[in-house]
Amino acid sequence: MNGKNIEIRWHGRGGQGAKTAALLLADVCFKTGAYVQGFPEYGPERMGAPITAFNRISDRQIRVHSNIYNPDLVVVVDETLLTSVDVTAGLSEDGAVIVNTDKKKEEIIPLLNGYKGGVYTVDARAISVAALGKYFPNSPMLAAAVAVSHVMEKEDFIKEMRASYEHKFAKKPEVIDGNMKALTETFAALEDQL
Amino acid sequence: MRTDISNINEQSPCEDLTEGLMIFAQGTSKDFKTGEWRTSTPVFDKDKCKQCLLCAPVCPDGCIPVTDGRRDDFDMDHCKGCGICEKACPFGAITMREGV
Amino acid sequence: MSRKDRMSGNEAVAFAIRQVNPDVMPAFPITPSTEIPQMVSTYIANGEMDTEFIPVESEHSSMSAAIGSEAAGARSMTATSSCGLAFMWEELLVAASNRLPVVLTLVNRTLSGPININCDHSDGMGARDTGWIQIYAENNQEAYDNYIQAFPIAEDKRVHLPVMVCQDGFITSHAVENILVEEDEDVKEFVGEYHPEEFLLNPGKPVSVGPYAVSAYSMEAKYNQELAMEASKEVIAEVAQKFRDKFGRGFTFFEEYRTEDADYIMLIMGSAAGTAKEAVDELRDAGVKAGVLKLRVFRPFPEDEIAKALRGCKAVAIMDRCESYNGNGGPLSSEVCAALYRNEVFIKTVSYVYGLAGRDFTVDSAKKVFSQLEEAAKGVKIKQHTYVGLRTKS
Repeated sequence: MNGKNIEIRWHGRGGQGAKTAALLLADVCFKTGAYVQGFPEYGPERMGAPITAFNRISDRQIRVHSNIYNPDLVVVVDETLLTSVDVTAGLSEDGAVIVNTDKKKEEIIPLLNGYKGGVYTVDARAISVAALGKYFPNSPMLAAAVAVSHVMEKEDFIKEMRASYEHKFAKKPEVIDGNMKALTETFAALEDQL
Repeated sequence: MRTDISNINEQSPCEDLTEGLMIFAQGTSKDFKTGEWRTSTPVFDKDKCKQCLLCAPVCPDGCIPVTDGRRDDFDMDHCKGCGICEKACPFGAITMREGV
Repeated sequence: MSRKDRMSGNEAVAFAIRQVNPDVMPAFPITPSTEIPQMVSTYIANGEMDTEFIPVESEHSSMSAAIGSEAAGARSMTATSSCGLAFMWEELLVAASNRLPVVLTLVNRTLSGPININCDHSDGMGARDTGWIQIYAENNQEAYDNYIQAFPIAEDKRVHLPVMVCQDGFITSHAVENILVEEDEDVKEFVGEYHPEEFLLNPGKPVSVGPYAVSAYSMEAKYNQELAMEASKEVIAEVAQKFRDKFGRGFTFFEEYRTEDADYIMLIMGSAAGTAKEAVDELRDAGVKAGVLKLRVFRPFPEDEIAKALRGCKAVAIMDRCESYNGNGGPLSSEVCAALYRNEVFIKTVSYVYGLAGRDFTVDSAKKVFSQLEEAAKGVKIKQHTYVGLRTKS
């Protein structure tokens, strides 16, 4: 995957933070000097309804304002979507899909409608609960998207995310380390898959 | 932009009208003699009037002048002859007469 | 100096509002513009601006309050979308005919029904004959830039008309993208202080605003209002030039993208123009002489300039993001065709309707339109008033 010009599609459910993850990714990529786009597609505005969010990251100005139909990377924040949404639709065979699940890659592949590209799994629940004591799939899935897409250097990502969390959680500094741990744990967990 | 609006009339060309037809003056409704619209006229009977002043506030055109707590005769320049004052008067001090 | 940032379209407009710091902002929330008054309220609560924010109970009231405060002498603005704009309709005409330079930031959303929250231009286009200047944006940058330019245009004494600055709901309002923002003092200097000549709260200089007018005056008043709209073209051009000189970007009435030698031009407004430009680059690589004319200013309608810009091409696709329900194409199509005819520019025109209620408009959609233009130029009769991406049995 060419980290310079990349299109990402996020699948999640309303309330899980797929849109926030897309906006966060746009944010960190912006800080490395890239041109970015991060936007949601709203269907019924309800907690739990399937939602899609998108990222375009480029070294050139981005002018296209349509949804993404041929992404390089798909991130599935909620594995229960695999049975109802064709998450790999249009996904490049040179690309990859990341699924948030405690299952092994071999168990997920049969659910991907014959997709032949890269498949990665992240147990965001286990990582988040261990690091934060609660289930917030955002940070692990964001780290996974960066690890798989190489859209930026891991070190830059860690540095920028710390700055971003320090700003965002200025009044709740106790959650900063937990979130940072969720990021580094995700990188570690993906190491043998990369 | 501030112009003397008394120079504007129904024959004025568009260039002479004010922006958005703004009126640069106050109390201009006094210059408009609505008394000409009247077809019946209130008659004020000073002797029957107890100066209760129930009539003055109900007049839609403010045609019952009140000075120092006492009403005077009607302002016929602006009275349209609606007759509301006649209905409001408890003492029969106002009667409507046909004509101007 | 410009500073690089990333913001959604709504964030960009709220940021510009903070910089301009207007005197009064009455507003009522409606998707997808809700974030704008929300963010402005936060700026005010944090002491970053001192605009008098009035939470009203409807859009009818937000525009009424903006009219009242503007007439009183305060720089006033509001924000809305879709049905909110429809609910303001009566007041929109009052603001314009009373010659009040109110600014409205419109986040374009379809009008019901079916009830739907996504983008098309039916709200703005529905208000096209209310006497407001209308400026449309392709992205967050233009939404920001256009908002800043709105006040110097509206408040110029040759104009004194309200200005609607429009951006596409969700597509730009909720998309985070790169943007260049300017320093607060530079924006304040560009916009300037508001010193109206005549206003209600002006002791010793009484004025009545919005009086009843009998027929003997009304027609002349309307004609004068139309003259102001025509005069605004000159002012819009001056302000755009001043903006370019100071900040180094922007367009006057429209952007011409690779049109100089183009055989086929797509005339389009809003966020889809960027998508169309991408299609143009791909087609140019394949040897097709395609171009895009992105209309920025819809009111006043720059008819002679458009006719001149299209004069050299073989065929133009006129793209309406709204349906007029008149059997004769959308408003852009009708007006562009009239402009071409009056200027005796007899090129092929094909009118299209696209992107209704958030229907996606892709690079492929744009390329299909261009391929039909090539057919049209060869003399093939192309169906007018075609819906792009419509599902049909045939």
